[in-house]
Amino acid sequence: MKFKVNGDETFASTGGRPFDKNKPLIIFVHGSGLTHMTWVLQTRYFAFHGYSVLALDLPGHGLSKGKSLKTIEDMADWISSVIDAVGYKEASLVGHSQGCLVTIECTARYPDKIKTLSLMGGAGAIPMNPELLALAENGDPKAVDLMMDWAHGPAGHFGGHPVPGLYHINTGGMLAKSRTIKDTLGVDFRACDNYKNGFEAAKKIKIPTLSILATDDKMCPVKEGKKLADLIEGSKVDIIDNCGHMMLLEEADRVLKVLKSFITTHYPSKNK
Amino acid sequence: MSDKNKKGPESKTYKFDTLSLHAGYQPHKNAGSRQVPIYQTTSYLFDDVDHAAALFNLERGGHIYSRISNPTVGVLEERVASLEGGTAALATSSGMSAIFLTVMTLCEAGDHLVVSSQLYGGTVNLFRLTLPKFGIKCTFVKPRDTEGFKKAIQKNTKGIFGELVGNPGNELMNMPEVAKIAHDAGIPLIVDATYQTPYLCKPFEHGADIVVHSLTKWMAGHGSSMAGILVEGGNFDWMQNDKFPTMTKPYEGYHGLSFAEEFGPTAFTMKARAEGMRDFGPCLSPQNAWNVLQGIETLSVRMKKHCSNAEEMVKYLLDHESVAWVSHPSVPDHPDNALAKKLLPNGRGSMIAFGIKGGKDAGVAFINNVKLASHLANVGDTRTLVIHPASGTHSQMDEATLKFAGLSHDMIRLSVGIEDIDDIKNDFEIGFRAARKPRLVSNQ
Repeated sequence: MKFKVNGDETFASTGGRPFDKNKPLIIFVHGSGLTHMTWVLQTRYFAFHGYSVLALDLPGHGLSKGKSLKTIEDMADWISSVIDAVGYKEASLVGHSQGCLVTIECTARYPDKIKTLSLMGGAGAIPMNPELLALAENGDPKAVDLMMDWAHGPAGHFGGHPVPGLYHINTGGMLAKSRTIKDTLGVDFRACDNYKNGFEAAKKIKIPTLSILATDDKMCPVKEGKKLADLIEGSKVDIIDNCGHMMLLEEADRVLKVLKSFITTHYPSKNK
Repeated sequence: MSDKNKKGPESKTYKFDTLSLHAGYQPHKNAGSRQVPIYQTTSYLFDDVDHAAALFNLERGGHIYSRISNPTVGVLEERVASLEGGTAALATSSGMSAIFLTVMTLCEAGDHLVVSSQLYGGTVNLFRLTLPKFGIKCTFVKPRDTEGFKKAIQKNTKGIFGELVGNPGNELMNMPEVAKIAHDAGIPLIVDATYQTPYLCKPFEHGADIVVHSLTKWMAGHGSSMAGILVEGGNFDWMQNDKFPTMTKPYEGYHGLSFAEEFGPTAFTMKARAEGMRDFGPCLSPQNAWNVLQGIETLSVRMKKHCSNAEEMVKYLLDHESVAWVSHPSVPDHPDNALAKKLLPNGRGSMIAFGIKGGKDAGVAFINNVKLASHLANVGDTRTLVIHPASGTHSQMDEATLKFAGLSHDMIRLSVGIEDIDDIKNDFEIGFRAARKPRLVSNQ
């Protein structure tokens, strides 16, 4: 669905179902340089089970117009504007990687708006490898290749996508190359590298929070994810074996099962 | 080492030969079975009603019924997608069904395609005779007539289709130029890359948007199993214009789903499976998928031998007194020699067309007398194959169509195998000797 946020046309997948304002809202926030399509194996389930879903394309990404936002703080404010733009007072947030930084900051800034927080491959800080950052800022496709390599665990490198016929390393790479690399991945990586408020923001979070971590995640290792989770009161942690940073694709069913249990418990829908 | 010479980090994603053996399969999810299991089953248990609904609604990945998908076939699909550099693939019961599904996913009645004239005879018949029955018309253009592709595009044209190296005349379509023409018109380029396999050429790197294969040929190599596949590059923007409403508009068959919005770089394959496989059903059997996987494991090793043997045969035929002409992209005076070097750097393939002195009668004698080379309607077997196209694979064409497709009556199509090269040459000597013998005159 297309709608305006701060004057710019924004795209969000509604999970294949019409957007219905009478249902509780779940917002999915993608990682660096990616798009709403990374969430396809989670969003459609919730859309068919009593929720309204927005899997966003951040400004300048995927099918959204405008320019990429340069700071995590700006992205956090933008998520709040999305909630306003679609006429809601509250939402449940789900983030992956950079999307975790955005949703942590958003939850700390707008505590009354956010009802549950689900973090996948999250950490309190995501300092970038300087060479990877330089490649992305120069628009070098090698940055995407490196990201796809490091983001997939050893098992994920072989494939074995839950959707028959899809080869997820190439699919992820194509998503990251769908717009100009330096204007999406380059800007996002710089925003991640500059963001220093993750741990402080985490201390302010008082809502039910879930962290899904993966044993083979090289980009946001388990120990970093746990460090973040320890700062959030009552935070629940789930660790997936034999899986890398792209857990939402590599172990889509496992992620959905944990997410489903968490959201339906802490943010139930009366609609079925 | 100085900073200037420092290479920086390199991606360590698996390379071609490794992907040929491993892509698409994780043993730890299959009881530790090192070899890909053959899931010889029609259907799959649902955990509960909710799980069943989730699969039917495309909420989750998984299998419902083997007409739509199957775990063994899925490994093959992922493996070929990985080798081609594509985002997704859909395997079919044959190469022809892959082409048919591609067209039916792309087009509706009233649509038009621009098609290279030099194609496998069955493909020509599909485009010339069968698709018009579905209301889809085609304009044929000679493969070297790059501007002709542009001129043939109409308002209702939905794509350009061609074989990179045409069957059987070995004329090349200038894929990068034709891709540019297609993209300027907002339509995809579909390439049948059966002759090349991804070892010789990855069409997505040269602008193609969808690749189809008959896996029956070099990909499998063993000549035991029929199979086909369509592969998606993931780069074509279906939403750039209003030409592809079945990709971009809500689809009644899946609760108003827009394939392009929801699945982006895999939208075409998702639609081909969800709609095409559901409604037409040309599914690949798991046994045949497994057989093809065995062949793909040795693809690069075989292709190297196919190509080196082909180059030896080209030299042999060029010097032979019984041969009138030889067509292979490696021949220095072949009109597409330079283009072939650019597009096929790992080898120019193992299909040779040659003209035998003495015309059709000599051709018949040659084919009837070779002993090692097999006379049959296939290509890309590990064994050497020969056929006389005008009386075999392309025999359903009339004279004018044969001429337009670049076929002559003295043409023999040779698919060079991986036998010892001396044995192939010795066998051909037997054939040529028979072709040179003065024929008995029946009225004596």
